[in-house]
Amino acid sequence: MNKRVHNSDSAVHGLLWISPWLVGFAVFTLLPVVISGYWSFCDFDGLRPAVFTGTENWTTVLHDPLLHQTVRNTAIYAAFALPIGLALALGLALALSARIPGRAVWRAMIFLPTLMPLVAVGIIWMWVFNARYGLLNLVLGKLGITGPNWLTDPQWTMSSMVILGMWGIGNAMIIFIAALQDVPSELYESAALDGAGPWQRFRSVTLPMVSPAIFFNVVIGVIYVWQIFAAPYVMLPGGGPGRNAYFYTMYLYDLAFTYRRFGYACTLSWVQLAIILFLTALAFRFGRRWVYYRGALQ
Amino acid sequence: MTGRLQLRWLALIVAVLASVAFALPLLWMLGTSVKPIEEVTTASLRLLPEDPGNITKYARENYYSGRPHFTDANGIERTGHEGVLTSENVNFPVFLRNTVIVAVCGVLGMVLSSAIVAYGFGCIRWRGRGFFFGVLLATMMIPFPATMIPTYFIFKYLGWIGTLRPLWVPAWFAGAFNVFLLRQFFMQIPRELFDAGRIDGLSHWGIFWRIVMPLAKPALTVVALFHLIFVWNDFLAPLVYLHHQDTFTLALGLQFYQQQHGGTPWNTMMAACVLTVAPLVIVFLIAQKHLMGSMATSGLKA
Repeated sequence: MNKRVHNSDSAVHGLLWISPWLVGFAVFTLLPVVISGYWSFCDFDGLRPAVFTGTENWTTVLHDPLLHQTVRNTAIYAAFALPIGLALALGLALALSARIPGRAVWRAMIFLPTLMPLVAVGIIWMWVFNARYGLLNLVLGKLGITGPNWLTDPQWTMSSMVILGMWGIGNAMIIFIAALQDVPSELYESAALDGAGPWQRFRSVTLPMVSPAIFFNVVIGVIYVWQIFAAPYVMLPGGGPGRNAYFYTMYLYDLAFTYRRFGYACTLSWVQLAIILFLTALAFRFGRRWVYYRGALQ
Repeated sequence: MTGRLQLRWLALIVAVLASVAFALPLLWMLGTSVKPIEEVTTASLRLLPEDPGNITKYARENYYSGRPHFTDANGIERTGHEGVLTSENVNFPVFLRNTVIVAVCGVLGMVLSSAIVAYGFGCIRWRGRGFFFGVLLATMMIPFPATMIPTYFIFKYLGWIGTLRPLWVPAWFAGAFNVFLLRQFFMQIPRELFDAGRIDGLSHWGIFWRIVMPLAKPALTVVALFHLIFVWNDFLAPLVYLHHQDTFTLALGLQFYQQQHGGTPWNTMMAACVLTVAPLVIVFLIAQKHLMGSMATSGLKA
């Protein structure tokens, strides 16, 4: 029996099998990233050849007030939408993990909006947010509250975007539900025997056990916020009044395909990549401290 | 145990309230899409038109008709907007056709290429496999906007701008996440089956087609569904690559429609949203278990 010969094929064989991805990676990822790296040092309008301008674009990054505003907006959005969204998703996951009638239906109803094309989501919510005839202000009116001009008052556009974001927490909720299923019931039983109330059980059993799911959702969320585009692009072109809902990718798109400043836009795409890599690394670094992996102990 | 019962009641109340809150915008969309224009611009919380008996008439007007005539609140004769599907300047049926083309070509390519690559990573042992798999996982972090501009010029060089090709050809080069998903699945297939195939004289290609692919149908379905949802959602790429409405996909076409009709006729606008969203809702209802189960292991909306 020469099992080894049977089981290991030549690297050429392996490379051949993964060649579809390898070619795609080279053409649609590696090559663009390299070209974008070069253009980030160029002045390029897409018509005349790119002109090398040294570090000019990169110094502009430091002194571009609009860029700083989009970074600030994106960070503000993340600072509110991520924690609130995760808390809501976890709360709903807890409720929908309990043995209650119609559980599958409630889960499906909350999950459904996450499948909706974001352009449609944007338009549906423009109508919901409509100050006079929109669903939200009509409901608030019934409660005796005069709703604001959600999409035309610069003080409210960011809040509108955060509320809109809450409609898409179904994904995070499903991940939490899966994580909750994996919590061994003995842990709850022994906690109950020790006289732990619901809150204590949550604090000392549930929370540590779902911490990997929380961590996962945070990482996904951090990568996602820098790519927010379709819904605000439709609802608040140019970021709405005061550009308070002008997000990073919207600016990147406008620079490239509206103002044809492809060189500078490439610089920003590299900045975006750097921000995402940095924040993910940061999450992993701090994650190690509080994420509890059951497998690590076994 | 009364405490536990109380908690369950609390859970049920939370579940019902949340579900209603999440469903309301969709019901609001559906309701508005079957209202006449004069009812849309009244501050009323009604989900359905005041005269529910006329729903089919209103629906026909908003979805499929020429310009309706009506008398507004001040007794003035007005002309409304034509139905979405019969709109003079926005060709919704063409958007639907284009999206289906991109979806079919893309899903085929994505499933096939991702499965082949996943076989290479999961079922063949070779030197360098770990390294390349690491690279594949790392690419999942690279967002589309980061590569968007040079990719646009690559397609421009190929003469593909303004065609549907940039939207489905890349799908034939496998998606990192789908490869990851399928590899996990392939690796759970019992080794004995591979050995049996080899003893029967099958090559890798034979094992892939005769053993792995038939067994992997559930996982392949998930990849197909993910890609279908991705295609239906994708907005930035069509916005960048397509310039003429004959080539628009539904997502882009919907935004185009919204720009053309700026704001006011919310009933036809919502009808357009219903048409865009409905195919996905139907797919969801059919494949619900599949989707939500696999979403739990992935957590990624493509």
